[in-house]
Formats: sequence, C-alpha cells, structure tokens
Amino acid sequence: MTDVIAPVPSTPTAPALPVLDDAGAPPVSGRRSLPGRRPFRPGRVLLNLAGLVVFVVFGFPVFWMVVTAFKRGVDVNQRNPTLLPAPGTLENFRAVLDRPFFWSAMRTSLMVTLLTVLLALAVGFLAAVGVARFGFRGRKAYMIMILVVQMVPAEALIISMFKVLDGWSLTNTVFGLTLAYLVFTLPFTIWTLRGFVANVPVELEEAAVMDGCSRLRAFTSVTLPLVAPGLVATGVFSFIQAWNEFLFALVIMDRPEHQTLPVWLQGFNEGAKGTDWGAVMAGSTVMAVPVIVFFLLVQRRVTSGLTAGAVKG
Amino acid sequence: MPTIALDAAVGGDPSAAPDRSPRPGRRRHSARRRRPGLPLLLLLPSLVVLGVVLGYPLVRLVVLSTQEYGMRQQFGAPAEQVGLANYRQVLGDDYFWTVLRRTLAFCVVNVVLTMVIGMLVALLLERLGRRMRLLVSVGLILAWASPALTATVVWQWIFDTQYGLANWLVTTLGIADYQGHSWLSEPGSFFAVATIIVVWMGVPFVAFTLYAGLTQVPSEVVEAAIVDGAGPWQRYRDVTFPMLKPLLLILTALSVLWDFRVFTQIFVLQRAGGINRDTNLIGVYAYRSATGDNRFDLGATIAVIMVIITLLLTVAYLRQMVRQEEL
Repeated sequence: MTDVIAPVPSTPTAPALPVLDDAGAPPVSGRRSLPGRRPFRPGRVLLNLAGLVVFVVFGFPVFWMVVTAFKRGVDVNQRNPTLLPAPGTLENFRAVLDRPFFWSAMRTSLMVTLLTVLLALAVGFLAAVGVARFGFRGRKAYMIMILVVQMVPAEALIISMFKVLDGWSLTNTVFGLTLAYLVFTLPFTIWTLRGFVANVPVELEEAAVMDGCSRLRAFTSVTLPLVAPGLVATGVFSFIQAWNEFLFALVIMDRPEHQTLPVWLQGFNEGAKGTDWGAVMAGSTVMAVPVIVFFLLVQRRVTSGLTAGAVKG
Repeated sequence: MPTIALDAAVGGDPSAAPDRSPRPGRRRHSARRRRPGLPLLLLLPSLVVLGVVLGYPLVRLVVLSTQEYGMRQQFGAPAEQVGLANYRQVLGDDYFWTVLRRTLAFCVVNVVLTMVIGMLVALLLERLGRRMRLLVSVGLILAWASPALTATVVWQWIFDTQYGLANWLVTTLGIADYQGHSWLSEPGSFFAVATIIVVWMGVPFVAFTLYAGLTQVPSEVVEAAIVDGAGPWQRYRDVTFPMLKPLLLILTALSVLWDFRVFTQIFVLQRAGGINRDTNLIGVYAYRSATGDNRFDLGATIAVIMVIITLLLTVAYLRQMVRQEEL
C-alpha cells in the first residue's frame, strides 16, 4: 500500500511548482490539484484507484448487509452469491417486525437514547459553563478528573454497576440504563462543550446587555447560537453511543421485554444461527441504517464542531 | 434549566460593568471572587452523576475484589473479607497471564494496523480531488457509524462457514478450497476476523482526524521543502510527520485504550463459534468469570487489574493532553 500512495504525490505536485513560484503569495491549497486544468496523469489515476479501493473496502460490509436483507432465502443460502437481490423481497423485514419483542426493543432503545442525550447535554452544559467561565480552586483537578474518567474502561465496571443498580431496583428500567450510559457520554460532553463556551467572549454578551438586552435575552440570542454547533455535535455523539451500546444493555436489561435493540438483535442472531441470515441482516439494517444516515447528514457539522471545540482550551 | 443557570452565571459579573469596561480580564476575575459558590453549583450535577454511576461502583468493585463472593453470597450469605487472597489466586493463575499476554498482543497488532492504515488513508484523502474525497469519506463514515454489534454480525455473516462470502472468494480465486471452512473455531483465524472488524471500525476516526491535521500543515512549509528538492518521503518524514506528532501520540494512546478493552466483537464471535478458553481477552474474561462461573469476586479482581493497567496507560495520554491543552 505504501507503494501506491507514497510516491504518487510527486506527479501532481511537480507541475504545480512553477505556478506556485510566480503566484507567490496566497496559494490556498496550492499543492492540491488545480481546478480547471486536469490533463491525464497516471499518478492521478492511481490515486483515484486507491480511493476507490478504500471506498469499497470500508463501504462493502454495509452494502452487503443491506443487499442480503432484500434477498430471498434461496438466494441467501447460495454457494455462489449474487451481488444484487435479483428478485428482491421484503419477507425478511416482515420477519423482523413480527418477531417477538422487536417493538418493545425499539421503544426501549429510543427512550434510553433520548433520555441519555437530554441528560448528558443538560448536566454537561452546566459543568462546561462552570469550568469555562469561572476560575476557582479545584478547577484543574476537576478537568483532569474528567479526562481520567473518560479513560476508565466501562467494561470493567459492569459487574459492580449491576450490583449497585440492582440494589436500587434500577435494573430493567430505562432510567437505570440511562444512568449507566452517562458514564460514557458525560465526560466527553463536558470536555467538548467547555471549548465552545470558552470560545464565546463574555464581552459579546455584555455588549448585548449594554444595548438594552436582558441577561436572558443576551444569552439566548448571543451565546446560545454560538454554542449550538457544540450542543449538536455532542448530542449526536451521545445519541450514537447510547443507541449502539451492547454490554451494559445486555447485563442491566436482562428481561426480554426490556431488551434494547442491540441485545434483541444478538438474541436473534444466536437463535437464527446458520438458518436465516436474510432476516438477521434485515434486523441489522433496521438498527444500523437510521444511525448511519443520520450520521452522514450531520457528519460535517459534527466533525467541524468537534474540531472547533478542540481548537481553543 | 441551563438557561437560568447561565443567566445567573453571567449575572455574576458586576452590574457596574460599564465603568470598568476597558479591562475585561480583570473584571471577570472580580466576578469569580464575588461568588465562589456558583461554579461549584454548576459542577454539582455532573459530580453527583459521576459519583453515583462511576465512583460508587468503582469502590464497590474494589471492595468486591477483597471479599469471597460466589454463588452462596449471591443468595444472601454474608460476604467474608479475604484480603488479597483473590489477587493472589488470579495472579497465580497461569491462564490469567495467558489472557493478559493475548490481550496486549491483540492490542498492539490492532493499534499498529489502525494507525498505519489510518495515516495512509489520511494522506490519500489529502491528495484526492473533491469528488473522490467525498466518495471515500462516505465509505469511511459507513464503517465509522456502524454499531459494533451490527458490524460484528455482518462480518460474521461474511465469514460464515456455509454460505459466507469469504469462503466463496477464497475458493473462487483458486487460493484454496475453503468450502465449509470454519474461521472462528481456530484461534488464529478467529483473531484475524476480530482484527479485521476492530481495524475496519477504528480507521475512519484516525483517518479523519489525521486528515484534519494534515490540512493544518502550512502549505508554505511544504512548498519550501519542495523548492529545496525534498522528495515525497523526505517531505513526509521531515516536515509533515513532526507536525503531526502530537496528534499521532494522542490517537495512538486512544487506540491503545480502546483496543485493550474490546468486548462486543470478541463476545459475539465467541458465541458464533469461537472456543472461549482459547479466545478470551481480558474484558470478556472478567465478565465470564463473574457471570459464567458465578465468581463475582474473581471477576471483580480481574476488572480491578484491568482498570489499573488502563490508568497506567492513560498517564501517557494525559501528559500529552495536559501539555497541549491549557487546562
């Protein structure tokens, strides 16, 4: 792979060199391809080929999941697989929707996820304001604690977490699982939102107040819009974490009627082993595709949000 | 709710703001002094939540690891304090060391593969045209956004013994007759499949972050290197790499921590046909000791050891983080 990528840049950059020389000052992304002039270059073909390979390698499993979900049973259990569902079918999806506990799992997953997002944002935002806007003794210790907490492997906590929640009769409840999920989501939320709040100058709000705004108005019309991308980014992050989580849901929600989608799907997967891959892939599709589409839509905002939050401390 | 709190927070600034307006920094400080309780009030909810769902279970975990806690205690018998006996038992068990070695080896292989492929993909992203870059990004996001569970299930299907795509591909390409070949029953290929899943899911984040870092490398520096006649490899080694180094360190540390605690992929693949004893990694091992063998005390002990190792690994990450970000 090194052979493909590393030597290639020499080709596209070489012709760019004279242009850069006499252009002198502002070569915005000068070493990338220049728009408008793109003659045939073997280097570029190789690059694009490599890009195509990466696209296929990373995208294929998701494609295969969706394709299998639409195949008929006879086409799934084939020694010579076909790339597309020739006569497609919705039979697999029907099997998923009719399977016991699917709808309750969907409902539980949605409730836990939404509650996690709301709580993480509310609690995280307060803390972010606290550390970004105030200096006090223990502030640094608090920040380091947040960093350390983020690193504690939640997998190791599952045993005692179950005992603690069980003692409070919070196993098999939406609230109990949500509490557990705050462990993963809260530190990240605080850390990221802190950057956003710190980036909004206090002076901006004060200027609004001097212009006659109330404090509340100054906050909602000046600060909130500026922090909003951070709230969206961290909210999406919490959403994906909670929606995808498997181990805690497996242990804390151990009754079938309280399962979340991942646990339900794994039960399905084990039960249907070797027999009904079409239906299992349909179940996976139902669970994964909404998240993937959602992520694709907000991805740019999320990544730019995360970097913006990270730029300034 | 946050609205009111922030309003109060900002209201902590003196209402006499105008007359001292030329020195904003100073003013903020005086506000800090005036209401020392306010920031604590803002931090309180997070401290309570983390204390309840993280601190307390952590304490319970440590306590559990110093008790005898098995089936009988599960049904109400009082737990007896046994000091460090559990630690002695776990650390004296050859199998624990096998699992730990295996976990570390798995972690190293996965981190190296993730970082190298991630770096190569980032360099590729930087050099592609806009449309091609978008396409590659979409492919990466498909992998990135996939839930660990569905991803594992899909790969499990691809490596299925009877009708899996992998067996068909190997057989069709004429490499070997893999019809009916079981990938998961043999530890070597079991971990190969697990590695594929973990790396596949891990590369996108590394690639995107490094790509963002690459775009921050000032083009003047690169051009100067070109003018000086540096070849592509030299440019990478002497210009790009040093600038990316802090980012690379953080990403490596994060990957180490993530790959050390891999759970879902191993757990699901074991259920799909792996032999538990030959394929346990530390996270799964702790879980199985606690639930499968009903030895909560030993499970907790392994988990505590896992936390300690993680915290040791974290120190490197923290140092870098604290150095980079002004806390």
